[in-house]
Amino acid sequence: MTAKEDKKKIDDEILKKFKDSAEEIIETIEKKQNPKIKIPLRGLTNVYFDEKDKMIKLGDKQQTRTFFNIGQARKFMQTFLIASALKELIESGKTTSIRDVYYRTKHTIANTTESTFEDQIESDPIIEDIEVGFDALREELHLFASTRGAVVGEITIVDSGDTIDLRKMGSGGWAVPSIVEPEVVQFKDCTAEFILFIEKDAVWRRFNEDKFWRKHKCIIAHGQGVPPRGVRRLIRRLSDELNLPVYVLVDADPYGLYIYSVIKQGSINLAYESMRMAIPKARFIGLSVFDYAKYKLPKDVTIKLAEIDKKRISEILKYPWFQKKDWQAELKEMLRLGFKLELEALSAKNVSFITEKYLPDKLAKKEWLE
Amino acid sequence: MTDKTEPKKEELRAISVAEFFEKNRHLLGFDNPIRALLTSVKEAVDNSLDACESGRILPEIYVQIQKFSETRFKIIVEDNGPGIPREHLAGAFGKLLYGSKFKTFGGKQSRGQQGIGISAAILYGQLTTGKPARVISKTKKDKQANVLELKIDIKTNNPTILSETKIDWNREHGTRVEIEMEAKYTEKKASVVEYIKETAIVNPHTTLTFVDPEGQKVVFQRVVDKLPVEPEEIKPHPHGIELGLLERMLKETTARALKSFLITEFDRVGPGTADEILKIAGLDPKIGPKFVTPDQAYSLIQAMHGAKVMAPSAVCLVPIGDALLKKSLESEYNLEFAYAITRTPDVYRGNPFLIEVAIGYGGELPADQTVKLFRFANRVPLLYQQGACALTEAITSVDWKNYGLNQSGRNVPSGPAVIVVHMASVWAPFTSESKDAVAHYPEIIKEAKLALQECGRQLQLFVGKKHRKQLAEKKADIFKNYSEELAASLAALTGKDKKPLVDKFVKVAEEMLKLGTIEGEEETEEVKEEKKKPKRKLGAFKAGEDEE
Repeated sequence: MTAKEDKKKIDDEILKKFKDSAEEIIETIEKKQNPKIKIPLRGLTNVYFDEKDKMIKLGDKQQTRTFFNIGQARKFMQTFLIASALKELIESGKTTSIRDVYYRTKHTIANTTESTFEDQIESDPIIEDIEVGFDALREELHLFASTRGAVVGEITIVDSGDTIDLRKMGSGGWAVPSIVEPEVVQFKDCTAEFILFIEKDAVWRRFNEDKFWRKHKCIIAHGQGVPPRGVRRLIRRLSDELNLPVYVLVDADPYGLYIYSVIKQGSINLAYESMRMAIPKARFIGLSVFDYAKYKLPKDVTIKLAEIDKKRISEILKYPWFQKKDWQAELKEMLRLGFKLELEALSAKNVSFITEKYLPDKLAKKEWLE
Repeated sequence: MTDKTEPKKEELRAISVAEFFEKNRHLLGFDNPIRALLTSVKEAVDNSLDACESGRILPEIYVQIQKFSETRFKIIVEDNGPGIPREHLAGAFGKLLYGSKFKTFGGKQSRGQQGIGISAAILYGQLTTGKPARVISKTKKDKQANVLELKIDIKTNNPTILSETKIDWNREHGTRVEIEMEAKYTEKKASVVEYIKETAIVNPHTTLTFVDPEGQKVVFQRVVDKLPVEPEEIKPHPHGIELGLLERMLKETTARALKSFLITEFDRVGPGTADEILKIAGLDPKIGPKFVTPDQAYSLIQAMHGAKVMAPSAVCLVPIGDALLKKSLESEYNLEFAYAITRTPDVYRGNPFLIEVAIGYGGELPADQTVKLFRFANRVPLLYQQGACALTEAITSVDWKNYGLNQSGRNVPSGPAVIVVHMASVWAPFTSESKDAVAHYPEIIKEAKLALQECGRQLQLFVGKKHRKQLAEKKADIFKNYSEELAASLAALTGKDKKPLVDKFVKVAEEMLKLGTIEGEEETEEVKEEKKKPKRKLGAFKAGEDEE
């Protein structure tokens, strides 16, 4: 099948799911019964760490949403309002933002002063409900999330039919779209041997300017903080389909560790997407607090741990995927030293220290944590 | 008093009460022109009410404020009381601290407590305008009414009569006082109007007529034709007495032995109780009270506090009564709910007191403002110093959120409600002579709080019921409006017609509402766990600190 036929098939499946659900509701009301839909719970209460697959997954808890219920009627109405807007969108063959959907569906309910949605904060969770309730990916619903992050490196890709050589992307790189499914993005001509994910775009720029990826035959990506769905999915696909190892380079602080954790195990919020996004084999290449002594960094570049940092570290210490001996040592050392380090701390040695010495060293000596 | 033969001793002379007032008028509630007007009306009305009640007459009181200029007014207060005989008339109005109200121990419940009130108003008028007060009074025996124009001699605290006449008066008996003064009239909070209205609430047996400076007349009709029971005088109760007072009583008593001292000077103490107290104190019943040492007095007071004594006799206290208080509140406001409670008497510092509370809810009362608070002591409204009053403290110490009102922190609650707290006592403890705030005795706060909580519970029941009813009405609207929306979406998803779908939904909604099978207010998330899986707690980062 062609990518286009694939897309058509997915569209038809989603539309059928919507139609079946709507017809079931109509049948229920004809039987004078209370219409209901079941939606998996997405909160912390229904999230667990799957020891076998090494990722955060959504549990089996479900909420039943009924229409004739004072507390649920509004959400029930909203769910189908969004579904009907999505149907229109899918049929038109276009893709839009979740903010657009909010504006498409917001209107005053007849005979009232009440609005179908008071705020986008109200419509976003309904979209997520539909994703999990109808088992549909956001892109399958013709929706894209925010786009953040960029990629350059030893690979050529095809995006929506356009061939793009990621070796020739100048200083800015290729902006990763939110939908990078095989129907949209295909890989061609890969000469990369690994993927390096960098927490911060400023540090990523250093790596790009120094053409680190050319010298070391790799792909470098960043996500401006916690990476958005597109970046996570792209790295996962590159890693799976081209069998490339993934290295993660983040600050030596709780937030950096959280970003690593999201890439590796998935997040609580998007637990239902872990199966497509988590990369359990991702390796933590730095920055380690042990690097402070190892590279003789000056005291001036350290940042004192705040109370909240200490609290978070002690929580991370209990995470199931941080139970290995070397991870425990890393976290305890951070607490013992009482400070954190940013990637830029390495620039105290030399601006390109990170690309010329630090990372090549780490890779050569296989100094990473898993 | 002044000794005119020895002027050299002037600096050492005792100043007269009137002179003291002139220098310290703020202590008595004459500190500003608005307040002076209110205090004057208040003192005159208090006197009228007390006079009527002691004469067993259903009070009919007429209050008028005449305006001469923005800063000059005349107050006129007239009652149908028994009237004052000519020989006492000048003294009753022209001498501070006149009369029998100023007592030391025990006593009976009355409005005015120090007898300083009305003459203070006359003195204030005299000091600000230079004009005398005019009083008219007629007793049943008098053929004609006595009319006096009088001033107060500041140095001697004695009335100076400027003119005296007799007139024909269409009243059988009664008293009228007219005082001109520098003042300011307002209709805001703590105003004369407010005072009259509140007085009407706690005096349901009174008809009050008020004529404001514009000539507008308002009549607050009595809601009951029965006078409150005449309060009786009683002695102090052993449980609340303090050492200082006990020592004074020991010195001043005519009893010759401790046992008879206890029996004759205290309420609820008979020979048995007296023996028990003395046994606990380890004192000989025959000791002469005047020879009791400070140590012995201390043992005695401990024993008095600890002994089992009957609760103070309530005969000295005259509650308004829960039924009447409720009725009175209902006649003042258009309410959806009212409840009142009268507590049994308790004691503070040897003085019996009782607390009454009424709560009104709904109707025209504004929902978005703080609750209207009415504080009363012995049927007198307390209009100033709300924040400094023990009754206010009792109100704010209740958690009103439990009882259907809003409350931020420990503040006066808000919501469509009115709260009345009345404290009746032989000797109401005020924080100052201007009688605006009840002093903070723990016993008083506790009693008031208990009464408020009981009213609160009743209020909560009502509010809960009302809330459920509103919810049912809301349900009907919600389902009707949402049905339209939902049907439109379902029609779009299935290609069916919208109109018949809407009708079906509305019909089912109506049936379910009728049958009461609509599910409750809370979002009941039926959680179903199909398989047990090993779960680990996750949490350092909140869900949401995440990508979109």
